[in-house]
Amino acid sequence: MSVQEQTIAHVHRDDVGARMGMWLFLFTELILFGGMFILYSVYRYKYPEAFHLAAKELNTIIGTFNTAILLTSSLTMALSITAIQRSQKSLSIFFQFLTLVLALGFLINKYFEWSVKFHHGIYPGSETLLAKPSGDIIFFGLYYVMTGLHGLHVIIGMVLISVMMRFTAKGVITSDSYVKLESAGLYWHLVDIIWIFLYPLFYLIT
Amino acid sequence: MEHNQEHVEQKYGYGIYILVWMALIALTAITAAFAGINLGEITIATALVIASIKTYLVLTVFMHLNSESKTFKAFVGVAILFLLISFILLFSDYSFILRN
Repeated sequence: MSVQEQTIAHVHRDDVGARMGMWLFLFTELILFGGMFILYSVYRYKYPEAFHLAAKELNTIIGTFNTAILLTSSLTMALSITAIQRSQKSLSIFFQFLTLVLALGFLINKYFEWSVKFHHGIYPGSETLLAKPSGDIIFFGLYYVMTGLHGLHVIIGMVLISVMMRFTAKGVITSDSYVKLESAGLYWHLVDIIWIFLYPLFYLIT
Repeated sequence: MEHNQEHVEQKYGYGIYILVWMALIALTAITAAFAGINLGEITIATALVIASIKTYLVLTVFMHLNSESKTFKAFVGVAILFLLISFILLFSDYSFILRN
């Protein structure tokens, strides 16, 4: 009944369908990262000692700090949706902006973390790394590919959120049409979930 | 139904998000603290269980799965189930290869 009313009141719109479409895309992302988690598990089983020692070289404090940053950015993203639902437009834009700032902070930390590793000569294909046992090479290979791909997703998420900020400012996203912002949020939360698993697997293994 | 769903969505206030965020941060702190203690095989299991709890919180509250319809939940649940099945089958296959 109310579905009909909505069809008359608006141009054809299917928010549930839009969200399902976004989730469908997120499943493909899960498979992408899932494959790499499988690789990680198999090699970790094969080289437990090397993974243990190599992981000790990663900075746990930066890793934990970055986890907190990303979790907080997920919070601000969720809050921005509540704000737009309540027609608090500037508050919603402010929360989206905070999400962007936190994402940038995450990347800056990542930059410093990688720089230190590069400085020590540990990067894919480097002589220092290739001289190490194969377990170490695989650990750092997986580390760079998985956190790198995750970092790429953070950058894509930042672009998406910037576009959403513009949409919100221009009134494309409003209190009764915010599925675009929700979808961007879903993407951002998935990026967060992937990090929730990357963090213990790379930084905390003993 | 559509109407009802909108009502459920409205239920999400700022408070619940902040509460979930605090839980997520606390769980992260627990994971980090646990990593310092060497419990052998249990360490990684604990870390993964905590990561799963965190994921559940993000999925249900931040990603609004709680307020979606049953069809929607089944849609997501089936996808996650199949991902888990492929993981389990792959690992059991791998352990079989190792034993031979």
